Amino acid sequence: MTITSPTKAPELGLPARSSAHRAPRRASRFKPGAGKQLQGGPFAYIALAVVGIGSLLPLYWTLVAASHTQDEVLASTPPFLPGGHLMHNLDAAWNQAHLGKAIVNSVIVSSCITAATLFFCTLAGYAFAKMRFRGRGALMTGVIATLTIPPQLSVVPLFMMMADLGWGGNLESVIFPTLVSAFGVFFMRQYLSEALPYELIEAAKIDGANNFRVVLSIVLPVARPAMMVLGMLTFVQAWNDFFWPYLALNQQNPTLQVALGQLSASYTPDQSIVMAGALISTLPLLVVFVIFGKRIVGGIMSGAVKG
Amino acid sequence: MATSTPTRDAYAPPPRGSQQKKPVNARRQTWRSRLWRFDDKASPYAYIAPFFLVFGAFGLYPLIYTGWIALHRVEMTGLDQMEWVGWGNFDRILHDSEFWTAVSNTFLIGVMSTVPQLLVALGLAHLLNYKLRASTFWRTVILTPYATSVASAALVFALVFRADGGLLNWALQFVGLGDTNWVNGHWTSKIAISVIVIWRWTGYNTLIYLAAMQAVPTDLYEAASLDGASRWQQFRKVTIPSLRPTILFTIVISTIGSMQLFGEPLLLEGGTLGATGGNENQYETLSVYLYNYGWNLGHLGPAAAVAWAMLALLLIIAAANWLIGRFVRKSAV
Repeated sequence: MTITSPTKAPELGLPARSSAHRAPRRASRFKPGAGKQLQGGPFAYIALAVVGIGSLLPLYWTLVAASHTQDEVLASTPPFLPGGHLMHNLDAAWNQAHLGKAIVNSVIVSSCITAATLFFCTLAGYAFAKMRFRGRGALMTGVIATLTIPPQLSVVPLFMMMADLGWGGNLESVIFPTLVSAFGVFFMRQYLSEALPYELIEAAKIDGANNFRVVLSIVLPVARPAMMVLGMLTFVQAWNDFFWPYLALNQQNPTLQVALGQLSASYTPDQSIVMAGALISTLPLLVVFVIFGKRIVGGIMSGAVKG
Repeated sequence: MATSTPTRDAYAPPPRGSQQKKPVNARRQTWRSRLWRFDDKASPYAYIAPFFLVFGAFGLYPLIYTGWIALHRVEMTGLDQMEWVGWGNFDRILHDSEFWTAVSNTFLIGVMSTVPQLLVALGLAHLLNYKLRASTFWRTVILTPYATSVASAALVFALVFRADGGLLNWALQFVGLGDTNWVNGHWTSKIAISVIVIWRWTGYNTLIYLAAMQAVPTDLYEAASLDGASRWQQFRKVTIPSLRPTILFTIVISTIGSMQLFGEPLLLEGGTLGATGGNENQYETLSVYLYNYGWNLGHLGPAAAVAWAMLALLLIIAAANWLIGRFVRKSAV
């Protein structure tokens, strides 16, 4: 994990390239150390260490449990170090739960959702941030309001619709309902309204660019840092989504989370095999997280602050 | 008037007849500018259309259609056969004690997970707002659970909370607190689910609070400390009031999130007990109840009725929120 000093990381933990487009007021806002900041004492470090261990312990326990036999895991004194049973458990999980197919499915679903979300949310975010049109405020309120509607309220007809469309049990039924997200629209609007100066758009228009041309050659490059953050957040969410995929997909064609749920729920499961499955489903994201953690942290902070 | 000056004449609009004899070049000009104007008018709507189309087709329309299905008998075995039953489905769930258990479970688990989670997040954000070594490292570590899926988190905590061979009971025996059958107890099972929720979401909320804290102008603290306010007083009188909109935001988001709890109760025990939320439905939430009716038992009509009951609950909570907010604001003035 790379630990750079926070003063080097601008708002989104992004390359300095983008900061040229940002209004100066905002740029200084997140710089820790701007103004008087109190020095943290030993108590702060102890408290953070306790919380940190609490955060990581279940993940470590997943690894330990996945690398022992079930009997060892459930013994009166549980093991504390990883054992040598990992390959066997992975193999068993692989065979019992269509995990190979599930990984492919998860990659397809998450990539499609991420790509579509990025494209559509950047377009919509740009329109809401920089274009004048009738009903803009009301429509944006509508977008935000949709955040408060739980998916539970529409799954029954959605399931029937998917069957009608011939998508029952197919990946389409998971991909299409999540092609754009209200959060993404909001996030891109927040970023673009600050990072994209009107002068740049006007200059392009004077040069004869039409609106879509402006999007391609001005908006997308400027939006790229925020798109990276939104992309990671969307990917994490799509990868981890459980409720609707669990209802929509079946045992033969699951995503990783669905396979995991079925592995645990269908019969009396072997706990260490289940943990091996959990490890497979968590590991890719943990790797992403270790590499891009700083950016994801910055993204959540910048997306939330003006909620 | 006959005595108009020549300059005025120069600015006078050309007579009507001459417009029809425009050169070809100028006519193309109008066409182009019309195209430009159309581009400017239509583009914003085209850019936001995908969101509203997708939401309309897969969010709003099904939401309304749910109400229609709730008035019918629809079975998983024959999705295209709908039989009118009127209020029958609502009657059925409202007279089902399991439904009310699920309502109270959802409410209790919601409170038990949201309140500690947000309080801890507030405290953690305050700590992280100090000048710290490796602050990015700490932020990343506490956010790590966010990268875990509901399924993985629920399954590993299922192991931790197991009655025999569970990690927690092992630790409790160590300090002489004996055995607890966590998932079988009414309160302990709710605690277990709340712990999973708290574990996954505290870091996320911490970062939201931290961002808001860093946006608080430092002059406010300087003024407060000039007035002799202690750190605790500064936290209470400056930080918390400045964070009020953010706190409200997180409360709303967490409340909606706790209405949706599904994976945690479904997978808490493993095997087939999840679909009914335990032996005595002790940790069955509304989402699990909906799933059990629709996908486990195959009756989609009552499941749709549950969805609308959830909508009603959501509206009640929203109204209560609004009323409380109004009351608080009034009494504060």
